[in-house]
Amino acid sequence: MSVLVGADTRLLVQGITGAEGTFHTLRDRAYGTNVVAGVTPGKGGRDVEGIPVFDTVAEAVAATGANTSMIFVGPRFAAEAILEAADAGLDLVVCITEGIPARDMAEVHAYLKGSRTVLVGPNCPGVISPGMANVGIIPGEICSPGRVGFVSRSGTLVYQIVHELTTIGIGQSTCVGMGGDPVHGIGFIEALALFEDDPGTDLVILTGEIGGDDEERAAEHIRSAVSKPIVAYIAGFEAPPGKRMGHAGAIVTGSRGTAAAKAEALEAAGVGVARTPSQVALLVAERLGT
Amino acid sequence: MDLYEHMGKDLFRAQGIATPEGRVCFTPEEAAEATAAFGGRSVVKVQVQAGGRGKGGGVVLVDAPERAADEAARLLRDGFAGHVVDRVLVEEQLPIAREFYTSIVLDRSAGDYLALMTAEGGIDIETLARERPEAIRRVHVDPMLGMRPYHVRTLVGTLPVDARDEATAVVLNLFDLLRERDATLVEVNPLVQLEDGRVLALDAKVTIDDNALVRQPDLAALQDQFPIDPVEKRAKDAGLQYVKLDGEVGIIGNGAGLVMSTLDVVAQAGARAANFLDVGGGASADTMATSLEVILSDPAVRCVFVNIFGGITRCDVVAKGVLEALGRLEASVPIVLRLDGTNAEEGRRIIADAAHPRIVSVATMDAAAAEAARLAGVAA
Repeated sequence: MSVLVGADTRLLVQGITGAEGTFHTLRDRAYGTNVVAGVTPGKGGRDVEGIPVFDTVAEAVAATGANTSMIFVGPRFAAEAILEAADAGLDLVVCITEGIPARDMAEVHAYLKGSRTVLVGPNCPGVISPGMANVGIIPGEICSPGRVGFVSRSGTLVYQIVHELTTIGIGQSTCVGMGGDPVHGIGFIEALALFEDDPGTDLVILTGEIGGDDEERAAEHIRSAVSKPIVAYIAGFEAPPGKRMGHAGAIVTGSRGTAAAKAEALEAAGVGVARTPSQVALLVAERLGT
Repeated sequence: MDLYEHMGKDLFRAQGIATPEGRVCFTPEEAAEATAAFGGRSVVKVQVQAGGRGKGGGVVLVDAPERAADEAARLLRDGFAGHVVDRVLVEEQLPIAREFYTSIVLDRSAGDYLALMTAEGGIDIETLARERPEAIRRVHVDPMLGMRPYHVRTLVGTLPVDARDEATAVVLNLFDLLRERDATLVEVNPLVQLEDGRVLALDAKVTIDDNALVRQPDLAALQDQFPIDPVEKRAKDAGLQYVKLDGEVGIIGNGAGLVMSTLDVVAQAGARAANFLDVGGGASADTMATSLEVILSDPAVRCVFVNIFGGITRCDVVAKGVLEALGRLEASVPIVLRLDGTNAEEGRRIIADAAHPRIVSVATMDAAAAEAARLAGVAA
């Protein structure tokens, strides 16, 4: 079992004809992901290594029954690509694109509130359910199928920790790279809720970093609504305090966003907080009793 | 990108928000002239990308042109809170009756805009938020619907009645500014009412979304005005995220999360990082070479720790880049190299075959951090 992506995923790729889009599409297909379509405006009718390309998402969905989109469209047009995917009725949109203006994402965020479409990202490494489907740029070969769920703000930390898990024989149900942009799609709380309901997940790893209050709010959620064991890692204990001009940020969150404050909040919610990425795998093994 | 106060005030005035009259001064003489022009009294305000200026002696009331020159000379010479200072803003002194506070910020938790206002401005707003949150009015603004009249009525509701109309205009103009100029923060502390009843922005803090600078070319051009350390400039020009720190172990990694984590692991090994350097995804041999050059140019660095987990980035490319850099420049300190992920075995083989005397290849992140600390001579 898995969350978000799996055996039922029928993937279309927006921006499939760009260099990055083509490379990762083919890599995901080689991993076993069912890639059914690509979309690049003006390039409908072509194909990328046998994957049919359409001008619009709606046409691609009508022709192929795609239910998930992965976006590699450049930052100026990526927000529109998300809206187009949502209007075409896709279940899931995974936006890899980095550098989308926050104003555009705030509008997308508001629009998606009334939509059935779930957004992951932007500026994220994507979602992988090992052995079933890879929607994004996480290297599939470092993952292994299993029963640990994983949600992370950072991309390379996912790679690092998944690698350590796989090395000691602990497989993963699904790894979700939620991305680090200020305004993003699903966060820790939504991912934790999905994993809580997934019979294929026994434990969830959460990795956060300094800034914002996502981890503090996740801790609240864990306290009230999560029964499965959680292991966490927070990066940035030694990070220099960021240059911050106004006070408004701190007023909004009521937190200074430090790694120590986040680790403390999670520990208070009964979460095992590792001090190094290597310790994460060991804590997971300990909590699973393996 | 955090703007200087005077830049923020330029944006304010262009949007119809009143500010005191002021002049940007680059020399003590200019500060004296400006003060004379304002009738011999002025406020000298240091221009830096940081807050806490009032408490730190960065905002000074003066009552003579010579005094303005003295204060400007002091700030331009000494800098402010570790920041290089190349200019001050000299403003007219005004008879202030009341001080308020207002701001609008992109709220990352809610994914919308949050507007704040209180009649109790000019003080430590964070303390007020903690101790008497009810004194601050706050409204969430839907990015699609924009700032509506009822939002504004709520915000200005604690202000004196005769200040509300002008404060309303200020808030609406601030919201337009935020949207049109891709700001993620606009803050006015204090927003003042003068004795004659007028409402003015006495301060301006504006942060522009870096991702939006491509469509705000006039604001992007302002970046050149901020002083930047030559090493940081070199890194920035090469597309690297580099921040100088004050430790002794130079750090290179890929991905902000992994680099932050590397800083932490090095600290746990008893050493301190000399910098934060993220080469990003898909680093080329040339990127690696530039990164090493940047780090080795820091005389405080006693050892370099290169921590790469290959995803898009390929470890064989990283290995070649490190060797290429060492062919171009003399490494006076040891380099601990940890390669894992995509093409790691090939990368390690390239390093092993080269057998460079300065490179120590270590398989795991924790062991590599311990080795880096040992080689830096600061831990067992």
